[in-house]
Amino acid sequence: MGLDFSIVPKYMDIILLGCAWTIGITVAAALLSFVGGIVFAVIALFSPWIIRQPFRLLEWVFMGTPLLLQLFLIYFGLVQIGIDLPAFVAGIIGLGLHFAVYNSELIQTAILAVDKGQMEAARTLGLSRGEALRKVVIPQAVRDVIPPIGNNMIALLKDSALVSVIGVSELTLSAQRVIGKTYRPFEFYILAAAFYYVINLGMEWVQRRIERRISISR
Amino acid sequence: MTEQTDFVEIRHAQKSFGTLEVLKDINLTVRRGQIVGIIGSSGSGKSTLLRAINDLDPLTGGEIWLDGVQVNKKLPHRQYEKHINAMRQQVGMVFQHFNLFPHMTARENVTMAPMLLKKISREEADALAREQLDKVGMLNRIDYYPSQLSGGQKQRVAIARALAMKPKLMLFDEATSALDPELVEEVNMVMKQLAEEHMTMIIVTHEMDFAASVCDRVLFMDKGVVVEEGPPEVLFRNPAKERTREFLRKHLEGAK
Ligand SMILES: Nc1ncnc2c1ncn2[C@@H]1O[C@H](COP(=O)(O)OP(=O)(O)O)[C@@H](O)[C@H]1O
Ligand SMILES: [Mg+2]
Repeated sequence: MGLDFSIVPKYMDIILLGCAWTIGITVAAALLSFVGGIVFAVIALFSPWIIRQPFRLLEWVFMGTPLLLQLFLIYFGLVQIGIDLPAFVAGIIGLGLHFAVYNSELIQTAILAVDKGQMEAARTLGLSRGEALRKVVIPQAVRDVIPPIGNNMIALLKDSALVSVIGVSELTLSAQRVIGKTYRPFEFYILAAAFYYVINLGMEWVQRRIERRISISR
Repeated sequence: MTEQTDFVEIRHAQKSFGTLEVLKDINLTVRRGQIVGIIGSSGSGKSTLLRAINDLDPLTGGEIWLDGVQVNKKLPHRQYEKHINAMRQQVGMVFQHFNLFPHMTARENVTMAPMLLKKISREEADALAREQLDKVGMLNRIDYYPSQLSGGQKQRVAIARALAMKPKLMLFDEATSALDPELVEEVNMVMKQLAEEHMTMIIVTHEMDFAASVCDRVLFMDKGVVVEEGPPEVLFRNPAKERTREFLRKHLEGAK
């Protein structure tokens, strides 16, 4: 049995739907990881001990355990305490929080690296510390970490395949389902890989555009 | 207390960083509209004194009064924060390295604080940005980012940013020290213009000619004390203290 891509068009709609799910979950989780990353960074750097310590534990759980386990925990585990999330929501939350922790590490470093004169200039104008962080320090820190955060988001795209294990019909699971019907693993895994690659290119394009837009303002 | 208090009054200011005593019993009064220059060699405590006035470097002893209100009065933490933010709104500060916000245009640098703290509308903010940037000759760069401006232009925007809060007092900490020589004059011009408008100013500088031309009074600081003070024509031409003479002589040689 040689390669035969002629059967691909027949199942294209399933694959494209999988693509749409992958993109949707990736974008939603990326946004969550970005906003979450900023919030986590602020908590880690500026919150009182009583909040910071439990938060550290949470951070350790997200960094020190497999993402797969985290997804199982959020999807199957939370049901036991009465939180029954749809699979794709569980997937977005799991991926988003997992990468928020990684983004938070980057943003913390960047916040500490913003020139001290920036905080001082804001404070001399009469801004409180919180206002100065929000208006002056954090926007600059976030700009400084767009490139490494972009790398995290590419990793997030690849890890989004893991949500297939909790039954979300994203690209990888869609390919598997089609293969189950056609017994053509090579063709459809290649096809899925090609789509991941295209989405990847799209994300890199977005990242470059953002970087170009902010290059002037630093 | 109210009858003829001086506009700015620093009483027995003392500041230590750990065991290092940087300000030793400094007394200084500035009347409304007066322009006071501070000179002295590097490390003598000039910046620390200036930064104490708006509490960036809080004093470890002594009092600072502005327009009848004590800046560094003792209050519980929360209240003190509110109080100090309100005081700082009345004091503009200009730094040696500009400290413009790089992620904001000239317009946004000028309007951010007034919009946030005084809740002015976008239209009012726009008019304010135009007014203040025009004043420093930067209206034609209103939508430029700091990275697109020269050092002199940056410093003029930084002055506009401080003026936009309508301060009662302006503090300048070596505003021209980081500039290429050919860019110094444009910033000095703006400061002279403020002087003509009777803005109360305290100017730390190492430009003796400039200090002589704009200041009503000049202080010479050394090792955390005010060694001598007086009108510029006296302090520069006919200083009473040997340490002042020595500083001026060295400075003159250095300038050559
Ligand atoms: N944050 C600080 N911590 C410790 N020492 C400081 C700090 N700021 C200034 N100093 C010290 O205080 C002295 C006076 O500094 P400064 O006020 O900056 O002097 P000037 O502005 O006259 O050059 C210097 O010896 C300096 O090293
Ligand atoms: Mg200094």
